Amino acid sequence: MLEMNAQSRVIAPAELGNSLRQAGGDRLDRRSRLKFFNSTFKVICVSAAVFVCLVLFGILFLMFRTGIMTFETVSFKEFFFSANWDPENGHFGALLFIFGTFALTGLTLVLAVPIAVLIAVFLAEITPVWLRGALRPVMDLLVGIPSVVYGYLGLTILIPMLRELTGRDLADGLLAAAIVLAIMVLPTIARISDDAISAVPKKYRDASYALGSTRFQTIFGVVLPAARSGIVYAIILGMARAIGETMAVVMVIGNTPQLADSLFTPTAVLTSNIVMQITSVEFDSTWNYALYLMGFLLLAISLLLIVAVRLLQKKGAKAS
Amino acid sequence: MSDSSDKGSPLTPAPGSGSGARSSPVTARGRNAFARTTGAAARNDRLFNVFVWAVGIIVILFILGLLFMLLRKGLPQLSWDFLVGLPSEIEEGGGIGPALFNSFYILFLSLAISIPLGMAAGIYLAEFAPDNRFIGFIRICVEGLSSVPSIIFGLFGISLFVDIFHLDLTILGGAVSLAFLNLPMLTRVTEESLRSVPTELKSASFALGSTHLQTIRTVLIPVAMNGIVTGICLTAGRAFGESAVIILTAGVTTSGELWDFNLLSPGETLAVHLWYVQSEAIVPDAGDIAQKATAVLIMIVLAINLVFRLPLWMKARKLKG
Repeated sequence: MLEMNAQSRVIAPAELGNSLRQAGGDRLDRRSRLKFFNSTFKVICVSAAVFVCLVLFGILFLMFRTGIMTFETVSFKEFFFSANWDPENGHFGALLFIFGTFALTGLTLVLAVPIAVLIAVFLAEITPVWLRGALRPVMDLLVGIPSVVYGYLGLTILIPMLRELTGRDLADGLLAAAIVLAIMVLPTIARISDDAISAVPKKYRDASYALGSTRFQTIFGVVLPAARSGIVYAIILGMARAIGETMAVVMVIGNTPQLADSLFTPTAVLTSNIVMQITSVEFDSTWNYALYLMGFLLLAISLLLIVAVRLLQKKGAKAS
Repeated sequence: MSDSSDKGSPLTPAPGSGSGARSSPVTARGRNAFARTTGAAARNDRLFNVFVWAVGIIVILFILGLLFMLLRKGLPQLSWDFLVGLPSEIEEGGGIGPALFNSFYILFLSLAISIPLGMAAGIYLAEFAPDNRFIGFIRICVEGLSSVPSIIFGLFGISLFVDIFHLDLTILGGAVSLAFLNLPMLTRVTEESLRSVPTELKSASFALGSTHLQTIRTVLIPVAMNGIVTGICLTAGRAFGESAVIILTAGVTTSGELWDFNLLSPGETLAVHLWYVQSEAIVPDAGDIAQKATAVLIMIVLAINLVFRLPLWMKARKLKG
C-alpha cells in the first residue's frame, strides 16, 4: 500500500494538488479540508478495489478449503476416474459430471459457433444499415433474457418438439441441454464477433475488392482472418457462460447421475448436480465436501479460460 | 449446386447488392466494373449471400418466435390478483406477490451494496491507478471474478452465511451474494466509461484549479453517466433474472407475507419461483403459474433494459444518421 502511494505521487502531482499548494495561507483550513477529502476519497477507492480482490480470493479459499476435505475419505483416483456417484453408499465418482460438463460445452459450441459467426457476418457485412440498426438492439436484449427463461423455454417448447421428432418418450439429455444453451450463448457470441468484424479497417475490404474478389472471398479470405482473435475471444466468453450455466441446464438435462452414453440419456453436469443436491446435505459430510470440490473444479476451469483470453489479447496487441 | 444458384439468382442479388450499394458505394462500383464474372466465384458469392440472409433471418426469427410464444401464452392471463396474490402450495389460484416483492427487494439491496463499491473500484482503476504490477493484479482479479459461474457465488454465500455466520437461508444472504456477482461488472463499466471521457475536459477542470476529487465529482462522472447508467441497467437486468445464487442463498420459500422487509426471512425471487413451480411444486395449476410468471419476468427484464437505454439508442442513431 505504501509503495503504491509513493508510485502515484510520482505521476499525479501535476494533476492533483498544484492549485492547493499555491493557495494563500489565509485559507489554510479550506486547503486542508480539501486535501483531507481527496486523500480519504482515494483511500476509499483503493479499499474498494482491494475488496474486489478479497472477494475473489475469499471464494477461492473457501471452495478449496471445503473441497479438499473430500480427499480425507475419498481417493483422488475415485473422484476423478470413477463414474459411480452414489453418495448414500459412499461412492463419490465425479467423472460422469466432469464428462457431462465437457460434452455439453463441446456440443453447445458445435451448435452455436457456426451459426453465431454467420449471424455476426450477416450483421456486420451484409445487412442494410436500417436493418442492422434494428437487429443489434434486439440481439442485445436477447443477451439479457434470464437463463431460467431459456430453461423454461426448453422444457415447455423444445423438449416436446424433440420428442415428436425422435419419437421417444423422454427427450431430456445432452442434446436438449445443448440446444437450449446454444440458443442462450448465440446472441453473446454473435454480438461480440459482430463488433470484432466491424472493427476490421475498411481499407482491407477495399483492397480485397480492388483485387477482384467477390464478397464471399473477401469475407472468408480477408475479414474473418483479420477479426480472428476477436471471434476467438467471443467463443471463449460463450464457452465460459455455457460451462457455468446452471438453471437452464437443470431444467432440461434430466438430473440423473449416469454417464451420458447417448444424446438422449438423462444425465447431469457439475452445475446441475451441485444445485440439485447442495440444499439437502449436511454441511459436515463428505457429500457436501465433494460438491464443493466440484465447484472448485468449475472455478478453476473458468479462471483458466480467463487466462486464455488474457494471453490472446496480449498476442493480439502485439500483432496490431 | 447449379440448380439452387439458378433458383437463387433472380431473388437474391436484389437485397444483397442493394445493401452493398447503400453501405459502401466503392464496393458496389468495384463489383460492377470488374467482378461481373460468371463461373464458380460469382456463383459461390451469390449462394453465400442467400445462405447468410437465410440463416440470419431464420435464426433471429426462431429465437424471437420462441420468446413470443412464451409471452403469448402468459400475457393475456395476467391479472392484478396474480401479481399481488400469495402463493399457494396445495390449492389452485396462487399468486406471485411475495416472490415479485422479494425480487425487487433483493435487487435493490444488492445494487445498494454493489454500486458504491463497484464504482469506487472502477474510479480507482480509471483515475488513481498507477501503471504497475499491483494494478495489473487488480485488473486480473476483476476479470477473474466476472468469469466466476453464478452458482459458485451461491456456494460461497452458503458457506459464508449458513456455515460461518449461522444464519439460515435469508434475504440478506441472497442480496450480499448477488452483490458480489454484480461487483466486477459494475467495476468494469465504470472504468470503461470514465476512460472514454475526453482528456481535454479533465485538463480544463484541472486548469480551473479543481482538485482531483472535484474533477471526478463534477466533470468526469456527469460526462460518463450515460455509460455507467447503461451498465447498471444491464447488471440490474441480469441480477433480476438470476436464480442459481438465490436458490442456494435465499431459499425457495417466502415468508408468506407480501410486504416483508425483514432481512432475515427467506427470500424466494420470481426467477426462482418460476423454476420451483415448474419442477418441484405440486399445485394443480403449476403450468399456468409458470407461464404467467415467465411473461412477467420477461416483461420486467425488458423494461429494465429498455427504459434507460432507449434514449441512448435513439441518440446513437441520430448521431450516425
